[in-house]
Amino acid sequence: MSERIVGTVKRVVGPVIEAVCTDDAEMLELVYVGEHRLIGEVVRIRQRSAWVQVYEDTTGLRPGAPVYGTGEPLSVELGPGLVGGIYDGVQRPLDVLRARTGDFISKGVHAPAIDRDKRWHFVPQVQAPCPVTGGMVIGAVRETDAILHKIMLPPSVAGELIHIATEGDYLVEDVIGRVRTVEGETDVTLFQRWPVRVSRPYAERLPQSQPLITGQRVVDTLFPVARGGVVVVPGGFGTGKTMIQHALAKWCDADLVVYIGCGERGNEMTEVLTDFPKLIDPRTGKSLMDRTILIANTSNMPVAAREASIYTGITIAEYFRDMGYSVAVMADSTSRWAEALRELSGRMEEMPADEGFPAYLPTRLAEFYERAGMVKTLAGDEASITTIGAVSPPGGDFSEPVTQHTKRFIRTFWALDKQLANARHYPAISWRDSYSEYVDDVSEWWEKKTHGEWRSLRAGILSIMQREARLERVVKLVGADVLPDSQRLVLDVASLFKNAFLQQNAYDKVDAFCVAEKQYLMLKIIIVYYEHATEAIAHGTALATLNKLDVMRDMMQMKFECGNEDIPKLRDLLARVERAVREYSNTPA
Amino acid sequence: MNTPTPQPERPDDRLLDRREYVGVTEVSGPIVALNGIHNVGYNELVEIGDGRGNLRLGMTLEVSEGAAIAQVFEGTSGLRLSSTRVRFRGEPLTITVSPEILGRAFDGLGRPADGSPEPSGEERDVNGLPVNPTARDYPRKFIQTGISAIDGMNTLVRGQKLPIFSGSGLPHRQIVAQITRQAKIVGEDAPFAVVFAGMGIKHDEAMFYLRSFEESGAMGRVVAYLSLADAPSVERRITPRAALTAAEYLAFDLGMHVLVILTDMTNYCEALREISTQRQEIPSRKGYPGYLYSDLASIYERAGMIIGRQGSITQVPVVSMPNDDISHPVPDLSGYITEGQIVLERDLDQRGIYPPIAGLPSLSRLMKDGIGEGMTRADHAHLASQLFAGYAQVKNIRALASVIGEEELSTLDQTYLQFGETFERKFLSQGIDEDRSITQTLDLGWEVLSVLPREELHRITEEEIRKYYGK
Repeated sequence: MSERIVGTVKRVVGPVIEAVCTDDAEMLELVYVGEHRLIGEVVRIRQRSAWVQVYEDTTGLRPGAPVYGTGEPLSVELGPGLVGGIYDGVQRPLDVLRARTGDFISKGVHAPAIDRDKRWHFVPQVQAPCPVTGGMVIGAVRETDAILHKIMLPPSVAGELIHIATEGDYLVEDVIGRVRTVEGETDVTLFQRWPVRVSRPYAERLPQSQPLITGQRVVDTLFPVARGGVVVVPGGFGTGKTMIQHALAKWCDADLVVYIGCGERGNEMTEVLTDFPKLIDPRTGKSLMDRTILIANTSNMPVAAREASIYTGITIAEYFRDMGYSVAVMADSTSRWAEALRELSGRMEEMPADEGFPAYLPTRLAEFYERAGMVKTLAGDEASITTIGAVSPPGGDFSEPVTQHTKRFIRTFWALDKQLANARHYPAISWRDSYSEYVDDVSEWWEKKTHGEWRSLRAGILSIMQREARLERVVKLVGADVLPDSQRLVLDVASLFKNAFLQQNAYDKVDAFCVAEKQYLMLKIIIVYYEHATEAIAHGTALATLNKLDVMRDMMQMKFECGNEDIPKLRDLLARVERAVREYSNTPA
Repeated sequence: MNTPTPQPERPDDRLLDRREYVGVTEVSGPIVALNGIHNVGYNELVEIGDGRGNLRLGMTLEVSEGAAIAQVFEGTSGLRLSSTRVRFRGEPLTITVSPEILGRAFDGLGRPADGSPEPSGEERDVNGLPVNPTARDYPRKFIQTGISAIDGMNTLVRGQKLPIFSGSGLPHRQIVAQITRQAKIVGEDAPFAVVFAGMGIKHDEAMFYLRSFEESGAMGRVVAYLSLADAPSVERRITPRAALTAAEYLAFDLGMHVLVILTDMTNYCEALREISTQRQEIPSRKGYPGYLYSDLASIYERAGMIIGRQGSITQVPVVSMPNDDISHPVPDLSGYITEGQIVLERDLDQRGIYPPIAGLPSLSRLMKDGIGEGMTRADHAHLASQLFAGYAQVKNIRALASVIGEEELSTLDQTYLQFGETFERKFLSQGIDEDRSITQTLDLGWEVLSVLPREELHRITEEEIRKYYGK
């Protein structure tokens, strides 16, 4: 470890310290503080003072303790061995930490993020000599059953590849290639470093056109998110933010998921750690852990590392994006991250803006969310990062600063509703307050899947839900009994849609995940029922008669009884609904 | 537990540690500021003598070259700038843990308060260390509390943190006492203990709890840390941490299953706010400091189980909602950290229903993994979900009935009202000593559900209806 002393501690204020520094200290430099060598980062330099935010508990730290500089910014290690791992906010591997120091996390423990002693089977994909550019793929390592880890040149390395290792097993630090650049020769290893606060470069941004299929009906059908899009999920406690994030991490059709547990419960990370290895990804047939990376900086872990955790997570996501993968990032919860920002800012005695949050909160939020997107990588592939951020507004009040600022930088808003959650209607995504600006972007994809029906079916159900909202106001005053059957049908169909379609049981084997085709057919069944029933009622059939039909029960249960493979069963139900109701619509009045 | 390796000492460290400083530069509320000092660490213990031989304990909140700010746990009354003597102990606040602490009562800082001498044993830092998430064992063992509203609808599992959100005058005391008396794992007989932390509660309230532990014959297994209403409020910052340090020792060193009662967390937060405003920190909501969430998390997250260790820590904190406002910062931030909440409702209480556990806002996040086949009964999840859905409908219909009158309601709606009434009177309501088994609770749930027509039961399978409905 470096012995370059850049200063001595002058003042300790919780997770922030002020140090008297030499000219040597750099802004955003990674430093080690005191005898325990606590990890820290220089966040402000003023005359001969440097302010350092410390990523570990500062109890017992005394003025006069040395501050060691590393000359490097806070960086992550990127290479084989990341997938399936669990790291803290500054990318320390928690399982290694546990093996080293036991069940509790103590101070000043350092461990490399990537195992130095593990050998990986490297297969070269180019031959030396050849001209190379930054970010180019020169080989690959089979990292897990689900992920082929492509070995890329660091983005800044270009020139001529003069050596490449033959196929074989290598350590991550072994030199597997050498590039002659304008500045001289550079060795290439299986891993590289990247500073977390800088986004990794790509060739160009591409428009979003494909949906990220999440298997959650309310999301995919009503409020879709495009690959490369950004979503925010705000909700008070108990509305199921984490449940949605977990469901998405399990079932969304991304190639890789980076799950950032940022200032949340320890048991939630444990749940992921125990559940995911047992779950099978329906698309690849492999264990879900084979495509998941966890960043866990739980609420009781040091607050400064919580601030760093979302950058650590998104940088890892960018690295896998650069390989050409579609990556999904779940950040749970960005409010805790913003609170960490507020705490650090307060300790540095900065002037506060809204509710004590620093004035640069929106800038930081924008920086984070802009790192999502659909891009053409330096290697020329199409790849994406989709970011889904949870927000925990105090008191469930969406007018608070984090929700409001976040709304400016995202295009899909899944508002969680306390009342739905109270009735145990999950996912508790409100169909009234939520929106998605990606509907137009992804509709072409859906139209192709659904014989050009998606847009009109979606419009149909939205108009029913809207009419229900209006009728509901009347019902609140006079009761539903006074409404004519045609209007009560609207209420009934809306309730059918809510119970049979929107509600989805994350813990049911069949219902947890719903393929696009099943979603389409379920929606179509409901709309077809509505259309024919309207007709029937116009012909004088009583709503009560229709409610007694057998198909009513079948529609109610279709999500549980027709699995993702039972598409013919749904088609059969569609035909039966049509037949059963049409019988009444033919009867003359 | 692993403790960090001690700092290598410089030769003069030991001398400096013993040095006593005379005189402070500022006293403001519970805070004192000192100048001209050397070698003082952050968050370390301070002894403050008032010049008349009385020693008080405090802790450094901020240290810088030659100066420090400390909070004094036992109040600053009578301190003079010139004659106050300060000694830095060079270590964080610790408490003594040993098997002897069982059956004892301590003050808010962990010193004996029952007239018996200081127990001998190991010293532990009250701040503890965060559990490595990879070391946690996911809680899934059902604890039967014998209270239907909890067991049936908001199941408690071992290692969970499930607070009771209460209001003034609501019977949270009785419920906590009932849980403590009745909680058990069916078919298991493991060593258990109760750790009780009383923060800012009145003497008679503390006595109520202690007496109820005594009556249930559990007193020999209770450790109490009491910082009562008349104790200096700043010492409450330490009380829950002292209690949890003891709990961690009992659970993870001695392998006991520990139930931790923390009451009242709102008083704890007020102590935190007091110190924060004295230090003129930038406040967030309602004057509470911006780090309230992290601070609460450092307490609540000390619940759980660890892979390969016998014991467990289950927390039942009491959080009182000022003015019954669930969006007040303390219950709000608590709800974001804890694994659910048991909310008490004034309306139910006024209608004479005990326990007045609100049907809808109450929640147990860990319930899903602790119930079902082999743990409670296969139909449990669906039954609970249907009861929630039905009761939500009842609330809507009651709102409607208050506008148009009950007579105008449809027959179905009236049936729902009847269901609501039966649910509250038969299922929720029970005696203060009534210990219902889980089977009784579930059967009662079905009995109540059978008031509704079967077409209304969307969340229940046909098979379950055949087996239980109307039986």
